[in-house]
Amino acid sequence: MTVAYDVAVLGAGPAGMAAATEAARRGARTVLLEENPQAGGQVYRAPPPGFFAPPDAERRAGDALRAALATSGAEIRTGHRVWGLGGGPLVPAGDPPAPFRIDALPSEGAPVTLEARALVLCAGTHERVIPFPGWTLPGVIGLAAATILLKAQGVLPGRRVVVAGAGPLLYAVAAKLVKGGAEVAAVADLAGRSEWARALPALAARPDLLARGAAWRAALASRSVPVLASHRVVAAEGGQVLERVRIAPLGGGDGEAFDCDALCIGHGLVPATEATRVFRAAHRYDRASGGWVPVLDADRRTSVPLLYVAGDAGGVRGAAAAPASGRLAALAALADLGVIGGKAHARARWRPWIEHWRAARSGGAMARMMAMRPALVSAIPAETVVCRCEGVTRAEIEAALDDGAADMNQLKQFTRCGMGPCQGRVCGEAAAELVAARVGGREHAGFATGRLPLRPLPMEALLGAFDYADIPVPAPSPV
Amino acid sequence: MSVVRQRGRESAGYVFDCAVAGAGLMGCGTALHLARAGMRVAVLDRGAICREASGVNAGTLTMQMTRAALMPYALRAHEMWMRLPEWCDGGDVLAESRPGLSVAFTAHEAAMLEERARIRSKAGAPVELVSAGRAMEIEPGLTDRVLLASHCPVDGFASAYLTGRAFRPALLNAGVALFEGRAVRGVVRDAHGFTLETAAGPLRARRLVLAGGAWLEEMVGWLGVRLPIRTLINQLIVTERMRPVMHTVLGVASGLLSLKQFANGTVLIGGGWQGIGDRSRGALAVRAENLQGNVRLAAHAIPALRDARVVRAWLGVDAETADGLPAIGPVPGVPDAWMIGAVRSGYACGPYMGKLLAQAVLGDQPELPLFPVDRLLAREVA
Repeated sequence: MTVAYDVAVLGAGPAGMAAATEAARRGARTVLLEENPQAGGQVYRAPPPGFFAPPDAERRAGDALRAALATSGAEIRTGHRVWGLGGGPLVPAGDPPAPFRIDALPSEGAPVTLEARALVLCAGTHERVIPFPGWTLPGVIGLAAATILLKAQGVLPGRRVVVAGAGPLLYAVAAKLVKGGAEVAAVADLAGRSEWARALPALAARPDLLARGAAWRAALASRSVPVLASHRVVAAEGGQVLERVRIAPLGGGDGEAFDCDALCIGHGLVPATEATRVFRAAHRYDRASGGWVPVLDADRRTSVPLLYVAGDAGGVRGAAAAPASGRLAALAALADLGVIGGKAHARARWRPWIEHWRAARSGGAMARMMAMRPALVSAIPAETVVCRCEGVTRAEIEAALDDGAADMNQLKQFTRCGMGPCQGRVCGEAAAELVAARVGGREHAGFATGRLPLRPLPMEALLGAFDYADIPVPAPSPV
Repeated sequence: MSVVRQRGRESAGYVFDCAVAGAGLMGCGTALHLARAGMRVAVLDRGAICREASGVNAGTLTMQMTRAALMPYALRAHEMWMRLPEWCDGGDVLAESRPGLSVAFTAHEAAMLEERARIRSKAGAPVELVSAGRAMEIEPGLTDRVLLASHCPVDGFASAYLTGRAFRPALLNAGVALFEGRAVRGVVRDAHGFTLETAAGPLRARRLVLAGGAWLEEMVGWLGVRLPIRTLINQLIVTERMRPVMHTVLGVASGLLSLKQFANGTVLIGGGWQGIGDRSRGALAVRAENLQGNVRLAAHAIPALRDARVVRAWLGVDAETADGLPAIGPVPGVPDAWMIGAVRSGYACGPYMGKLLAQAVLGDQPELPLFPVDRLLAREVA
């Protein structure tokens, strides 16, 4: 089935919801695809039907975006996992650019293929976890994964939990755990007090965020939760499952062991560039924005005509900045498609542009705190597994680098690091930093070529029902 | 993003005995044999070693997709692959010898299979026709919809992604100066022999071997020779690790399926279905209808593949001459210049082809005939 849309938006987080709303309200035939059963994204995630969660500031902001989307006229396809992308510049030599093709797998029913003249990517981020001994033990989960458990399912990851890593998510998760009735054994923050102090001026524009952060900290203080600044997790230990976490000062020293049954740990967020890599868009490495990001103009255009990126997928700036970037992308798409004129575009874009600029300032300060910390990578012991899909240790990666692997694609070939089901989403950051240390930076280390499917694809979905006679087998080559 | 990695000596005015342009399997194999025979050899590549077709192909070491004219070469190469660590300083591509089956589902395919088995058998491949029942004994994972099969005990596969890592130490041990990330922009014939123009400065050599795979056409063009090379963009698909579902190398009569399960449980699906791309942009994108067609053919042959999950699809740039046979031999009209490439089933035949060309470059009589390109140039004139 093929349907032609003016604009397709991938991902219904705050950026995607706002982009689809803006495009549809201005008359563009718009479709929004989202893997989850409801629009919202990670920060504004809606509770599943039948669950009650008391409304807070995040819920209200999410509900407002969802309400605007619902009446915008955009076609909303939640429960659709996008696995394939094509068209645009990906055409035979000499052919004009084609409409974008989107292959998706609905949670129910047959696979769908949609076509759209413009494509707005709002894929968000994935979590960076730099390996340490024991990081693959059951009971160790990501900070972002913990927020999903807490928000969407109201499930505690454990009874006695250590929370570790960097960024505001650390305190958000710790406070939610306390509120949910868990005991937080310790919070280990990679950032020192001075790092937080340096971020304060940028946060001053957002008293709401400051107040919320203060409330989180107060909740922890009231339970006498130890909050350890400039500390890192040295090891997670246990037999079959997690039993304790060893935490030490960044400067060195033995540190201290905390008994626990869960560790929520995250070292920041990495923009999701799978789709822009598939389209061979230009990228640049921007540590402060989370890593490799597509090269974007002020209106969120990529280097590929009619391809746009909004929200954190274009560089981490946080949920508050995302809706404005989504509106900018949608407006640029409509102007480029000729749905709105140049003057209308100029009139419409200044407000989201200023909103985005304001919100991105505080978001950028948080992103810097969540940026890659190379010291964590250099601390990975030789025998620790870095690529958990393929079981590749740091020592094996270093041996491949000794053997001459000089970029991410070559490392992948030499070791299978990043060849498994996660396709490098989990191990890629640590592996790239190890390559970078040898070849003079992440720019030289590069990134793995974008490949389909974007997520592992059940063969059944690709096969469908067919007759052998209908398989378009090409002409045989000569014997 | 490319990093210049220079190994070995090089100073202004240094003249190598031979420069090899292209660090794929053909170039590396030729260079290795030349260096071991005592030549001072430089290998240059715009990218990393074996990063194009040599490192991304299906690793099929089959006789049943190989052209009959290449059979004596492929059989010898098969043995070289199986013994790679012995002659490549321990370099390993995890080559495994497995039985090969080619199957027919229709009467038309059965006729094609019979004809092809006969031709390949005559060319020296130990191919025999077997009944569907016998085929299912050889490959219990096979569908019962097969009418006829051909069986060849000499078959197998390697993990092509390991090729660069396997050859790199051997080249360096043999004293080859390996220049990855150093693109050759042009070649000038001069008193020393050849001067290769590169961004990192010129490089001189008495002899030249052009081993640029799909980019061979541009390379021989530097020397004023016009040799049309057709570009193929081959798609490959790999599944997640799964329980053992097959142990043979499986193909179909037409040659448009190649299927194997590696020791780690992943199943590789190929057969030469075409994606989107070209020489200037490289292998660009999967063609969705060919992705579907290829996996349907695979699941038709091995029904258990229905339970798999596809984890990745990718593409490689392959090359073909007008008659589909290799371009291996002297560059016409240019003394001391050679070319090697455009070998369909190039990975399967590769190690032996490099050895043969090295014999010719060293001034010896090659064990088996080369594939000089004069035949193709003559056709151009006619």
